[in-house]
Amino acid sequence: MAAAACLKAFSRLNLPRLLSSRLSERYANGQLYSTAAVTQSLPSDTPAGSDTVLTEPLKHPDFFHLSELFSLKDLFEARIHLGHKKTCRHRLMEPYLFGCRLEQDIIDLDQTMELLQQALNFTAHVAYRGGVILFVSRRRQFCHLVECTAQDCGEYAHTRYWQGGLLTNAPIKYGPGVHLPDVIIFLSTLNNVFQQHVAIRDAAKMNIPTIGVVDSNCNPSLVTFPIPGNDDSPSAMDLYCKLFKMTINRAKDKRKQMNLLYDVKGSGS
Amino acid sequence: MGSLERKVFYPKKRLEESLSQVQGGNPILPMAAYSGTVARSFLRVYGSVASIHTLCLSRNVFQLNRTVPILVRQIQTSLTVWRKNLAATSQEKFTEEYIKKQIEEFNIGKRHLANMMGEDPETFTQEDIDRSITYLFPSGLFEKKARPLMKHPNEIFPKQRAVQWGEDGRPFHFLFYTGKQSYYELMHDVYGKVLMLEKYEERMRTKGLFSPDTKKISLVGSRWLMKEELEEMLVEVMSDHDYKRFLLLMERLLALPYSHMEEEFVQRFRKQLEVQSSKQVVPALQFDDRGVAFSSGEGRRKLATATVVVRDNGSGKVTINGINYLEYFVVLQDREQLMFPLQFLDRLGKHDLECHVTGGGRSGQAGALRLAISRALLSYVSESEVEAMRQAGLLTPDPRVKERKKPGLAKARKRFTWKKR
Repeated sequence: MAAAACLKAFSRLNLPRLLSSRLSERYANGQLYSTAAVTQSLPSDTPAGSDTVLTEPLKHPDFFHLSELFSLKDLFEARIHLGHKKTCRHRLMEPYLFGCRLEQDIIDLDQTMELLQQALNFTAHVAYRGGVILFVSRRRQFCHLVECTAQDCGEYAHTRYWQGGLLTNAPIKYGPGVHLPDVIIFLSTLNNVFQQHVAIRDAAKMNIPTIGVVDSNCNPSLVTFPIPGNDDSPSAMDLYCKLFKMTINRAKDKRKQMNLLYDVKGSGS
Repeated sequence: MGSLERKVFYPKKRLEESLSQVQGGNPILPMAAYSGTVARSFLRVYGSVASIHTLCLSRNVFQLNRTVPILVRQIQTSLTVWRKNLAATSQEKFTEEYIKKQIEEFNIGKRHLANMMGEDPETFTQEDIDRSITYLFPSGLFEKKARPLMKHPNEIFPKQRAVQWGEDGRPFHFLFYTGKQSYYELMHDVYGKVLMLEKYEERMRTKGLFSPDTKKISLVGSRWLMKEELEEMLVEVMSDHDYKRFLLLMERLLALPYSHMEEEFVQRFRKQLEVQSSKQVVPALQFDDRGVAFSSGEGRRKLATATVVVRDNGSGKVTINGINYLEYFVVLQDREQLMFPLQFLDRLGKHDLECHVTGGGRSGQAGALRLAISRALLSYVSESEVEAMRQAGLLTPDPRVKERKKPGLAKARKRFTWKKR
């Protein structure tokens, strides 16, 4: 965070950069080791074009205009405010709850709006930089939907049984030289037995930022960008999938546009 | 000294001869052969002879395209260390370039082999290769897989997955991070088809065009692919549980009313069973130049093989290997065996039998002949009589053969006398 603030200050003062552009990307992403995103700009001489392409989005709070994708009314109509019963409530979700009606928890949609905006913005930035996004959900009725969403955006999905060590023991599970996902999006943070999904803890161990739709019975502590909201209704899941798909596609299209605009040579997409 | 000389049994003369053969007339018999330290020097010389032999042979041996694992050093190490070294040196993962190189070498080698055998390199098939290799390298080994072979590298090297991600590090498959991408993709596709068919059915129902008697996919005469076959198809390992889930999902797909729309997809995972006709194949009746009907049959029993020609309009004459049956089969039991099929069908005096039988003993030959006669008579007989013959056991070949003798036993089953003390 301090580094990002420093970077902003320097850019405003137009002083020569003290940090190399490569390092700045790493800190911007929040990760400290090799990722798919960083490998893209590894060539030693980074021309000014690619620099602008990467730093331009960081200067705007909503570069991709994601606030126009959803409104509070849309969230309400998709029944995102509906939580579980009072007895299922998780203690750490209490700040996100608006109240309780007839023993059913109601999630505060104002907070959801802000947090959703932040989460979508973050995904957009990661997708803009060509990062690997993994959708995870262990709800059987939405497994097909999530996989289709991932396929449509050109990203990855894992809605099946999570084998231990997929993230923590990656070179053995997948093969040497594998790239781990740059962000993991949980469309439901619980697994089939109503326990927290193992991937949340593993991602935290591997320093992978997570975005998660946390319902009133979920634990939001380890999730980097929690989105308090309903994860049981089909309408809610449809909305989330649609939003994420649109964000990612928008970000990728924007990247192509920026590449053409600044005429960056040797960059793929 | 004397004792050492006695131990050496490799005579000096033969050694000289062999050396002269190998070297072309220059025996390098060391003077040490005549000295006291005979044993050690002989062994040294013998060792060098062995190496020369192999050297000569290797110059003539054609370079086989076989995956020869790199030899291990002959050092005293523990078993775990040895295994680790072996794993390090063995090429478990074959790169694409390596396989391509092997294919090129194979093709060049094939042309060389064709030239060597004096045949056309263009039309040299795999069978020709096998024939040539068995000719050039005759092997007395019983295990067929241990003999020299020269096959296309695609058949030798197991099919392997190429690297799953591109230069930018992004994997190619959208389900890569599950670990079992092909299997889960398959499940995803099948479930997608299930959803599509359900939606179609709903649309037909709303339009009022739904009819319960839709065409069903015919599953008769085929079976689901086995787990191993599916693994081979997907080039991916799967567990029994995964395989079971796959079958359940396919059954669910088939249970839908409009499943016939996905027939082609389903048939990809079904294997046709070999058509096993339970009906006896009855040979047609043949007629010789005089117009007399005849048919032949073959039979085997316990190392005896028999062929029989049953002619119609006969008088019950039976010839075996040119000899009359009364003289060939002296014992009544054997003649009874011979006549049983005819007696069963009440055709005792109506047919002439011309038999040839080899191998086995008296009883075995009789049994073989009986089977051969029954098979020959099938052409003359109606369906119900065929069934009657089958029920009587005339058409079943007797599978009993002599059981082998086992070590530690006197005969196949007989044990040696047990003595308490």
